[in-house]
Amino acid sequence: MARQTVVRTEDVRKVYQMGAVEVEALKGITLEVYAGEYISIMGPSGSGKTTLFNMIGGLDKPTSGRVYIDEVDVAQLDAYELAWLRCRKIGYIFQTFNLIPVMSALENVMLPMIFARMTSDDAREKAAALLERVGLGDRLLHKPYELSGGQQQRVAVARAMANDPAIILADEPTGNLDLKTGTEIIELLKQMNEESGVTIISATHDHKMLSVSDRVLWIRDGRVERIVNREELQIEVGKIDGRTE
Amino acid sequence: MPKEVGQQIVLPLSKAIELSAKSIRVRLGRSLITMSGIILAIAFLMSIGTSNAVLDKLRHVDDPRVQSVLQAKGLDLDSEAVHEERARNTWLVVLSLLVCLVGIWNSMLMSVTERFREIGTMKCLGALDSFIIKIFLLESSFQGVVGTLVGISLGLLLSVVMGLGSYGSAVLKYFPWLAVLRWGGLSLLIGSVISVVAAIYPAYVAAKMEPVEAMRVDR
Repeated sequence: MARQTVVRTEDVRKVYQMGAVEVEALKGITLEVYAGEYISIMGPSGSGKTTLFNMIGGLDKPTSGRVYIDEVDVAQLDAYELAWLRCRKIGYIFQTFNLIPVMSALENVMLPMIFARMTSDDAREKAAALLERVGLGDRLLHKPYELSGGQQQRVAVARAMANDPAIILADEPTGNLDLKTGTEIIELLKQMNEESGVTIISATHDHKMLSVSDRVLWIRDGRVERIVNREELQIEVGKIDGRTE
Repeated sequence: MPKEVGQQIVLPLSKAIELSAKSIRVRLGRSLITMSGIILAIAFLMSIGTSNAVLDKLRHVDDPRVQSVLQAKGLDLDSEAVHEERARNTWLVVLSLLVCLVGIWNSMLMSVTERFREIGTMKCLGALDSFIIKIFLLESSFQGVVGTLVGISLGLLLSVVMGLGSYGSAVLKYFPWLAVLRWGGLSLLIGSVISVVAAIYPAYVAAKMEPVEAMRVDR
């Protein structure tokens, strides 16, 4: 059975103008992300990882080449359509959690639904259910500053799931968390991935992420260095662990 | 997709109002400093206006005691000195309002730069530029209206106290309610307009922020 593609890039190049110098951050990347996949993008800083990640998430447009999200060419979208895409199709998770500080956990999760025109009552009900699902059923009315980092990231996961997106885009989701909490968030993402079939695309340095990923994409110097599948990964992770321990 | 896009509503106004009000409450310290600018400027405007209205009224009162007090102060006639002082006061009021406008402008701009992550996140969640603009304009106008109302009360109180000191109880007896009400309305209008005008550019800067700003961790 052919797998459904949710994100597709065709020879994507991105050039930044740094004063008089042109810097080519991406040098022609072609890849496909399949629906329901858990994919990690790894690479050293300056490798173009972030640029590619932003491109896939509809946050940046390529200098040349094409990015298709759900078979829609991102470059062709106007501001309204991009906002629509971000609202309905993509859930974002950030390294710094980025909850709206003046809103409670419940209101934070409700916000994308309200942007999507859901009524307040429906949104409240769904947000409460989502928070219950991420294990924060007893923290609905807490403000972000009353929650620990791990709890805030859980709220962020619930918020990302608010409009049943096709993709969750997670930018270093464990970057500001300790080992144990980080593992919990990774497991939570995997759980969402398995239960709801949402595609997870994560930019990360975290080797804990490797064990749950279906595929890992290594970026170096603006190019895809290699793509490793789950089966091959198991062996490699063993090697990495063996080396570090 | 485009069909639904047309239906997307930026976010109900009530949500924007709620969010702006909460933002003010959470950043009350900053809001109070911003507001103090408009409170002082409007209090100044209001006290000058009220004092002038009181004097105008007393001048036309047919009460020998009042007239003798005014005469003793040299205020019984529309002398050139009185006109000059009024012109000077008008200038001062205009200047203080301008300073107030720049103050709000600056503080809103700071607020926007501080909240880059919040703004970026909202855009990632699907907020349109117009919603971001709405939040900042509303926030500034709330501050403006509350500050103006406080300023009006303060200015009124001050001018009445000063009037009592200068002319005695005649001020209360012949209080020019209508003229003072007019000054109050004018102050409210000026205060609100200033607070909205000062927020236009900062709100525009906020709306033009890219959603990718939400990802930044370097600050």
